[in-house]
Amino acid sequence: MQTTLAFLGQFGGAIDFIFHQRESYAGGVQIGGSEMLDLAWQQIKLSAVALGIAIAVAVPIGLWLGHVRRFSFFAISVSNIGRAVPTLALLAFFAAYLGLGFTNVAFALTLLAIPPILTNTYVGVYQVDRDTVDAARGMGMRGIDVVRRVELPLALPTIAGGVRTSAVNVIATATIAPLAGATSLGFPILNAQIYGPEGQIGAAMVVAVLAVAADVLLGLFQRAVTPRGVKLEAGDRQGRPLAGFRKRGVQTA
Amino acid sequence: MILELAQVQIHGRSGGGSCVQNDGFCPDWITSNLDRYVDPFLQQVFLVVVSVAVGFLIAGALALLAHRRRWLVGPIIGVTGVLYTIPSLAAFFLLQPITGRGKLTATIALVGYTLLIIFRNVTTGLRGVPEEAKDAGRGLGFTDNQLLWRVEVPLALPEIMAGLRIASTTTVGLATLAFFAGAGGLGERFVGSQIVFKSNVVVAGGLCVLLAIALDLVILGAQRVLTPWTRARSA
Amino acid sequence: MRRNLLAVLTVLCIGTVSACGSDNDNGGKEKSAGGTKLTAIQKNPANSGKSITVGSKNFTEEFILGNIYAQALKAAGYTVKTQFNLGSDQIANRALKSGQVDAYPEYTSTALTSFFDVKIADVPKDPQKAYDQARTDYAKQGLTALPPTPFSDAQAVGMTKKEADSLGVKTISDLEPKASSIVFAGPPECKQRVDCLLGLQRTYGLKFKKFAPVDPAQRYKTADRGQAQLIVVFTTDGQLATGKYLVLQDDKHLFPPYNAMFVVRDKTLKKLGPDVNRVVRQVQKGMTVQVMQELNSRVDIDKQEPKDVATQYLKETGLVK
Repeated sequence: MQTTLAFLGQFGGAIDFIFHQRESYAGGVQIGGSEMLDLAWQQIKLSAVALGIAIAVAVPIGLWLGHVRRFSFFAISVSNIGRAVPTLALLAFFAAYLGLGFTNVAFALTLLAIPPILTNTYVGVYQVDRDTVDAARGMGMRGIDVVRRVELPLALPTIAGGVRTSAVNVIATATIAPLAGATSLGFPILNAQIYGPEGQIGAAMVVAVLAVAADVLLGLFQRAVTPRGVKLEAGDRQGRPLAGFRKRGVQTA
Repeated sequence: MILELAQVQIHGRSGGGSCVQNDGFCPDWITSNLDRYVDPFLQQVFLVVVSVAVGFLIAGALALLAHRRRWLVGPIIGVTGVLYTIPSLAAFFLLQPITGRGKLTATIALVGYTLLIIFRNVTTGLRGVPEEAKDAGRGLGFTDNQLLWRVEVPLALPEIMAGLRIASTTTVGLATLAFFAGAGGLGERFVGSQIVFKSNVVVAGGLCVLLAIALDLVILGAQRVLTPWTRARSA
Repeated sequence: MRRNLLAVLTVLCIGTVSACGSDNDNGGKEKSAGGTKLTAIQKNPANSGKSITVGSKNFTEEFILGNIYAQALKAAGYTVKTQFNLGSDQIANRALKSGQVDAYPEYTSTALTSFFDVKIADVPKDPQKAYDQARTDYAKQGLTALPPTPFSDAQAVGMTKKEADSLGVKTISDLEPKASSIVFAGPPECKQRVDCLLGLQRTYGLKFKKFAPVDPAQRYKTADRGQAQLIVVFTTDGQLATGKYLVLQDDKHLFPPYNAMFVVRDKTLKKLGPDVNRVVRQVQKGMTVQVMQELNSRVDIDKQEPKDVATQYLKETGLVK
């Protein structure tokens, strides 16, 4: 009973930390309360910039590659390679070679966000039913129109899945951005001497809520762009990597 | 000037500074300091292997459970999906009041992360087994259990192994953060001013990438051994 | 540069040793033509079998100090276990009180503000008074704070020597007329701290052009690049050993003292006997600000291991053969 109350106490303390400002452990600094909002906003800003640039870069490339149905090895491998690089190592590499700060971290996060979006865009376009594309061509549409009016809309659910995966990855990595000189909710988590355990747990709670909220919102967006009657569980049965894509698209973490 | 007889040698540091003093990429320093990375590396290997193994057992069991009871898939995906979405650093500290700091906390968080990946792949793999194969099995008089273990699982193996590969490579990345949960690992090489020391980042980061690739190849190799029939097809 | 210094020291060593004769005695200093010498730590067979677990917090100076104390106690014949990198002061203190570790190095002002609820502005500015207050407070919890080190690793402000020369400043008060054109960089929490930006504004009347929050690891690079003219420094920072930076004199005594003290559990101290106190005092004699800067720089700039740097300290001072 004692231990149950004890851990509730820590969670209770953490929740209190989120809502009430108080003085830090060593004194002299105000922490908690509205500071959480500011830190969350910093994290959202960092993530949004990285994600936005990644989409702007990866979607056009993925669209083109999927449309011409070339370089599938590259489009799939980029995700496999991306997965093998630990996010902290990526952050550290750019911190060492480019320096610390918001811009450099955003750059690293953009690189992190590109593979899932690129691969999913490629796969989404690739998997559009050939007959539909042929019909569009038969109607006289040029290449760019086929992409814009047929392939892109039909690939949108898969692309959205890739964006969703990237968003979750980017938000998670933005949490450790303070190690590389950018502010985010990871700052309380990594600075126990200022924030104490309630601060660490409180910030962790806010991060978790932020990540889940982003995932849910993008999931709703994904459902919204899915045309009715399109089965999401397409996949070829030959056991090659194209199989088994679900709502999140390619299983990159 | 009176000097102390026995005193600490104050090294002259004016001037440009050596490779190491300028945080550069210094092969000499790397070769003579590799031993710093051994313990953290081994701690990380241990964490990853244990977490993926436990995750495989749990997610595999869940998938087998849901294989005959389709209604379970939704809720399981829901729960494991949340575990997947919560950033691991946050997960370490959310677990702290319950399991404290250390390897147990880190392992629980890492296992939680792998569940969705492995569960999805096992389920997809099992569902992807062609009806003809199952009919053939039933024709041979297999019971449901025999059908499962002698037909469905072997044919689902490529998908299952793919899931294991994805799970293990991403767990390597997350285990790098386990240091902040007090569980050791290469994460300790990335804190403070070490993160701007190029030699250090290249070695520590390189070790992480090598570990991920090594695990990937090992599981791929195991897949080739366990499913010799796919080799002919992919050729 | 290094070789020349070594040569000079060697010549002096040879010169003074021949004037002194044997250097093996029990306790006491030995004055020579060159100055005083630290006596070697004697191994006491009565200490064998008695064990102590030494801890440390999670930054360079703590690692070095923890290793120095651990290796010195080992040289005195104790069985020493280590648990370094415990974490922040709160975590280390908890580990000490729970017995997870028997001792670790803590700083006087840190103990007062973090554990004993003293406001930063109320911390005694006199190092001895600060230590006495911390010792009294620790004693109430069954912990003994052994006598403090000569050095204080205090928060301070500094600039590159070039910048200081061009502005013509030596003390913090000198900054007052120039403050409006100065960018001040420090860790993010500095903005609200009485022993940082707030104090500088109130006590010295400094109104800076801008306060730039930077990662503590990047402070000196920020000053080098001219992105900030004034930075927060710690008086034993390794970078200060390069001689490129000037620590501005705190003429109005804004910053509290942070002398290190080895805090030990009373029970452990009783069990281990008086040698602990003696060894700690011996080892601390050589710990001046300049020496600590040198040791920190060996870890932070030369990227050596704290364990090795601690051994170097003990060997170079003659405490351990």
